[in-house]
Amino acid sequence: MSEKGNILFCGVGGQGILLASEVTAYSLLAAGMDVRKSEVHGMAQRGGSVTAHLRYGSKVYSPLISPGEADIVVAFEVLEAARYLPYMHAKSTAIVNTHKIYPPAVATGKMTYPENVLDEIKSRDINVKTLDAFEIARSVGEIRAVNIVMVGVLSTHLPVEEQVFLEVLYERIPQKFRDVNIKAFQAGRKVTAA
Amino acid sequence: MGGRQEVQLFTLINEQKKLAHCRGFGYFHLVILINAEVLMKSCHLVSSFFMIHRRKNVTTKRNEKLWLSGNEALALGAYEAGVKVASGYPGTPSTEIMENLSKYEGVYTEWAPNEKVGLEVALGASFVGVRALATMKHVGMNVAADPLFTSAYTGIRGGLVIINADDPEMHSSQNEQDNRNYAFAAKLPMLEPCDPAEAKEFLKTAYWISEGYDTPVIVRTTTRIAHVKGQVMPGGKTASSVKPEIVKDAAKFVMLPANARNRRKFVTERMKKLAEFAETFPENRIEWRDGTRGFITSGISYLYVKEAFPEASVLKLGMVWPLPEKMIRSFAAQVDELFIVEELDPFLELHIKAMGIRCHGKDLIPAEGELNPAIVRKAITGEESAGFAPVVLPPRPPNMCPGCPHRGLFYALSKQKVFVAGDIGCYTLGFLPPLSSMDSCVCMGAGVSAVHGMAKALGEEGMGREVAVIGDSTFVHSGITGLINIVYNDSYSTVIILDNRITAMTGQQPNPASGTNIKGEPAQMLNFEKLCKAIGVKHVITVNPHKINETKKILKEEINRPEPSVVISCSPCVLIPSEKKRVKIPYWTKRENCTGCMACLGLGCPAIHWVPVSPEEGVKLGFKEKQKGHSEISIELCNGCGQCAELCKFDAIGKEEGR
Repeated sequence: MSEKGNILFCGVGGQGILLASEVTAYSLLAAGMDVRKSEVHGMAQRGGSVTAHLRYGSKVYSPLISPGEADIVVAFEVLEAARYLPYMHAKSTAIVNTHKIYPPAVATGKMTYPENVLDEIKSRDINVKTLDAFEIARSVGEIRAVNIVMVGVLSTHLPVEEQVFLEVLYERIPQKFRDVNIKAFQAGRKVTAA
Repeated sequence: MGGRQEVQLFTLINEQKKLAHCRGFGYFHLVILINAEVLMKSCHLVSSFFMIHRRKNVTTKRNEKLWLSGNEALALGAYEAGVKVASGYPGTPSTEIMENLSKYEGVYTEWAPNEKVGLEVALGASFVGVRALATMKHVGMNVAADPLFTSAYTGIRGGLVIINADDPEMHSSQNEQDNRNYAFAAKLPMLEPCDPAEAKEFLKTAYWISEGYDTPVIVRTTTRIAHVKGQVMPGGKTASSVKPEIVKDAAKFVMLPANARNRRKFVTERMKKLAEFAETFPENRIEWRDGTRGFITSGISYLYVKEAFPEASVLKLGMVWPLPEKMIRSFAAQVDELFIVEELDPFLELHIKAMGIRCHGKDLIPAEGELNPAIVRKAITGEESAGFAPVVLPPRPPNMCPGCPHRGLFYALSKQKVFVAGDIGCYTLGFLPPLSSMDSCVCMGAGVSAVHGMAKALGEEGMGREVAVIGDSTFVHSGITGLINIVYNDSYSTVIILDNRITAMTGQQPNPASGTNIKGEPAQMLNFEKLCKAIGVKHVITVNPHKINETKKILKEEINRPEPSVVISCSPCVLIPSEKKRVKIPYWTKRENCTGCMACLGLGCPAIHWVPVSPEEGVKLGFKEKQKGHSEISIELCNGCGQCAELCKFDAIGKEEGR
């Protein structure tokens, strides 16, 4: 675990990627790091491909991660993990949610979902960790907590104590959803390499 | 801290700077000195003011760093600068400035119908002596350009700042114009911060410059300032020393030729003074390192340069117009090779080359799209990025939401075989397959005017062959005048107003037709039917776009009508809070009835997808031999609009409640 790093969050609009990146940013800040984060609003919503760039360290300048410089890619969807391969390098870790969301061309039967896409990622010299975050979220009782499951997995790769994340979740998540999100986070932490 | 005290602070810094020069200090030492000075001064301020900055729902102590986006930081900056009146029109990436500012107490905020109105509102507030703000995205500046250029002549009374947000890479825009050119063309000073912390400070500084030099000031951001988050230290509130009152000063405010010629001279003098100021402005600063490579840069590009070349010397320009010529010359003379790193146009480069200074710029750095550290590094050293090659994948463009009323209208329109002169908003997505129902999109209001041009060009031949579509907010922004032209100049054009009760694309901001204001309070609601009739359109009809068959019939009638007509396609956006709360009963697929005709898939709704079925599975499901699959509704995504059920001829789509 490095004291500086670049985390790329990617997935589909509506999956809660921005909240996941916010929770991570607050946790890194609470651990005393300098953090910068970049996101794109507007057209990126409405089911389109969404990313958030997060960089941390003792001093961060650029808010954007350059291609080939993402240390951790948190992919909320398989196809999106493959889309951001140009951001990964040989020592990158990719945390991939295997749940599939069909892009419009696939949903309308004009194209097929590339079945071998996960192998495509694994064939590169990358440390790939897969999980079905949708199923895990369902098992804790809230399918919308996919994002916090992903944060749970990510947290085991960051130089931040679990307690810091828990405190941030406690502060940032409305009381109504707090318990289920903390469960989702802890379920994410238990995911081992697969 | 009053405006005058601020002036004293700057004078102090400048004196300090001159002193440093006399002592033979380099600029690097100077920066430290100045920063120390600012720090001391702000420490003093912290102790002398017991400051809690007030924002509804948020109370933060002065000395606690906040985690803010550039836009949130600008809102805080406007509050701290004592802005009293702020007006803007939503536009990515500028929208959240006004949204956030509306949550602070003591600042009047509003959504204006367009950016021109917004800037004129701010100008009026400035004329009577209060600090005023106008916010807009880069293309909004085109709309506001008329008051902008002349406000440069009138100058101000209360400080006037225009925040302009450019969008390199066109994340959410139709072009990537570089609005630094406006500062040059309109003869106005422009500041450009590099991150949220600077954004807040620069905005406060902008008010000081505005009042000190009798000028509107433009603060330019880009997407990677506006939507970047970083740590920001809240500060003390400042105030204008200008007294709010009506002051009659025709020579300054009435811009007819005789007065304007005098003010023109003033503008020249002012820009000279500002150029002198730029030489000592602490935010134009040199960071001396190794002298083999020297960079002149500003805004976000500065951070990319620092990342890519941490060892190089950098002249960071906080003020990008007017330029500090002496400082640039001195810097250029002390580095072996000079590089100008800037996104989009060679703005700094052209003006630096015009000084007769040799430098690299757009010969190496791309003029299109955003930069990042890797692009800057590669442009200068040729070093390639270490990333993997991209793989070919199905694209994932944004789509209209499940239950979006625009989808029904565009589906009905796609059957009319007409040229659709489109406009700017969520509905521009109607261009994408399978709807493919938009044939042009230029700027706000262009569709309404262009459809009239088509009609006049084609005459009788064109009747029934073209139509304009425009959103409710866009119609109010720039469509009304085009409609007046259609009626006045006797056309047969049809205009469809896609009225979803809100400015949706930028995140559901209310507009004059919504019935609420920026704070969510009740407001007068513009009645489109009455408005169109008052303009002189005799045929105005409102349809429910979810009723596709009925909509199709009405569209056919109105498009072929030999007179001007307006169709108001009225149904609320599914993302409006009241719609979100409404209990929706989803639809579901009765698989046994589905023939695989794909009619429902023609809507391109994200809640419906195609399930391919092998011949063996098909037999088991009782499908006909040729049936290759069936459609399936994702109940968790369905908003229950019923458009698909209306298209299904085989009773294969049922409502969940009847299951």
